[in-house]
Amino acid sequence: MALLTVKDLSVHYGMIQAIKNISFEVNEGEVIALIGANGAGKTTILHTITGLVPASAGVIEYEGPCNSNLLKTPPHEIVSLGMAHVPEGRRVFAELTVYENLKLGAYTRKDKNEIEEMLNNVYKRFPRLEERKKQAAGTLSGGEQQMLAMGRALMSCPKIILMDEPSMGLSPILVSEIFDIIKEISESGTTVLLVEQNAKKALSIADRAYVLETGKIVLEGKASDLLNDESVKKAYLGE
Amino acid sequence: MTNVIEQLINGLRTGSIYALIALGYTMVYGIAKMINFAHGDIIMVGAYLLYVFIDIFKLPIILSVVLTIVMCSLIGVFIEKVAYKPLRKAAPLSVLITAIGVSFFLQNASLLIFSANPIKFESIIKVNAVHIGNVSIAGITIVTFIVTSIAMVLLTSFIKYTKTGYAMRAVSEDKGAAQLMGINVNRTISITFAIGSLLAAIAGILFLSQYQSLKPTMGALPGIKAFVAAVLGGIGSIPGAMLGGLALGVIESISKAYISSQLSDAIVFSVLILVLLVKPTGLLGKNFIEKV
Ligand SMILES: Nc1ncnc2c1ncn2[C@@H]1O[C@H](COP(=O)(O)OP(=O)(O)OP(=O)(O)O)[C@@H](O)[C@H]1O
Ligand SMILES: [Mg+2]
Repeated sequence: MALLTVKDLSVHYGMIQAIKNISFEVNEGEVIALIGANGAGKTTILHTITGLVPASAGVIEYEGPCNSNLLKTPPHEIVSLGMAHVPEGRRVFAELTVYENLKLGAYTRKDKNEIEEMLNNVYKRFPRLEERKKQAAGTLSGGEQQMLAMGRALMSCPKIILMDEPSMGLSPILVSEIFDIIKEISESGTTVLLVEQNAKKALSIADRAYVLETGKIVLEGKASDLLNDESVKKAYLGE
Repeated sequence: MTNVIEQLINGLRTGSIYALIALGYTMVYGIAKMINFAHGDIIMVGAYLLYVFIDIFKLPIILSVVLTIVMCSLIGVFIEKVAYKPLRKAAPLSVLITAIGVSFFLQNASLLIFSANPIKFESIIKVNAVHIGNVSIAGITIVTFIVTSIAMVLLTSFIKYTKTGYAMRAVSEDKGAAQLMGINVNRTISITFAIGSLLAAIAGILFLSQYQSLKPTMGALPGIKAFVAAVLGGIGSIPGAMLGGLALGVIESISKAYISSQLSDAIVFSVLILVLLVKPTGLLGKNFIEKV
């Protein structure tokens, strides 16, 4: 069943059209990868879904056609629909502590016990965060900030999590670790929409993928097929 | 020696009022990234409201104080909604000019209603002076210290520990990321204006109790001084506003007493320039180093 359906989406920045009539869908339980070169429009799509950037045309349906059109939902109400976004460049709150950042991830949740339980889960998944819980987030290393951004998103117990280049700027070992964690998140039942430059890694954990070029989807299919596609190999896998 | 101590105490009293006002400038700047030049005039609005409630409507003092504070809060929120919110995406200069316009509007509105003639007002604070050795501390000074200390402790804990406080800090750092957490940015900005105006109302009440006279431009000078205090302490920083306000009050009082009362304002501004030359972000300001 489609959890998220994007239909004929267009996005403009002033006169420039960054997204040109794009349609795709994300089914419950899937890991979907969105790959493409710099400036293809990947971040713009995620930002439009969570309301940080307005769309100029199209519909974004969440949980079936009779439910919400995300484009008409105020951005701050989207997270309580069960959608979390790990933004490009982490965007942790640098002056707040690790603990405070995580608490903000659960901002829309009311139940104190549930929040406490989520916090323990996140600390279990990222022990490093527990060690540094009193430290200002801005003083964490890049990899730790990425873990914090992911942990913060998990604090809202999302049904679907959007991740924008979680492996950016990380060492190869950490990249593998981050991808293992994404796999775990997916296995625990959360749907994942993953934007990545690291196409090889992304395709290796994704079910399906869309290839984006200058604001258009040029290719889509099963991730395993795309991994063997000649044009993908040449353009994105460097083979 | 006694004299020096008394001057210091006077300076701290005026300084703590500056600090209350400076908190409004600094919080609004931190969250809405704008200098609300009409902030000082809320002091004047608060003072006139108190006068109207007490001397015209003859309401009890406590009720009048509460009504004044609540109404100033609401007026602050209303000003933000009507004048600044439509300019959320406009150039900073347009917002600045609008704020100056709002300031003129408030001053002229009270000119129209109350005329330019100063109005006498009997202080509502009737606490006896305290004598410690040769030093005597006026009742209004003691009340000012107590009220401002309580206000600052409450504000600091509110920002540090409450959910709304978390939201305010998140919005001041990154509005987009704050929205992703489910924080309503507009609501958070409204709350900030409400708190800032509430503190300005308290400052107005204390100020009026000290000078016992009202006129439409009475908020302008303390407003500017408090703005200087906020910049001195590092605009955007809450402890900075407190420190800046106290420092400014003391410098002003000492220079009035021992250098020249005419030059005291010039001295205050020179100190500001000196501090900014050495540390452009102010005493406790952040250095804006961003990690990529
Ligand atoms: N705020 C903005 N104003 C104007 N143009 C923008 C803005 N944000 C993005 N763009 C443009 O829109 C296009 C798509 O940008 P986007 O950030 O979505 O790309 P991306 O696929 O995420 O790239 P990268 O892999 O480098 O992150 C680019 O041409 C970019 O210059
Ligand atoms: Mg991007």
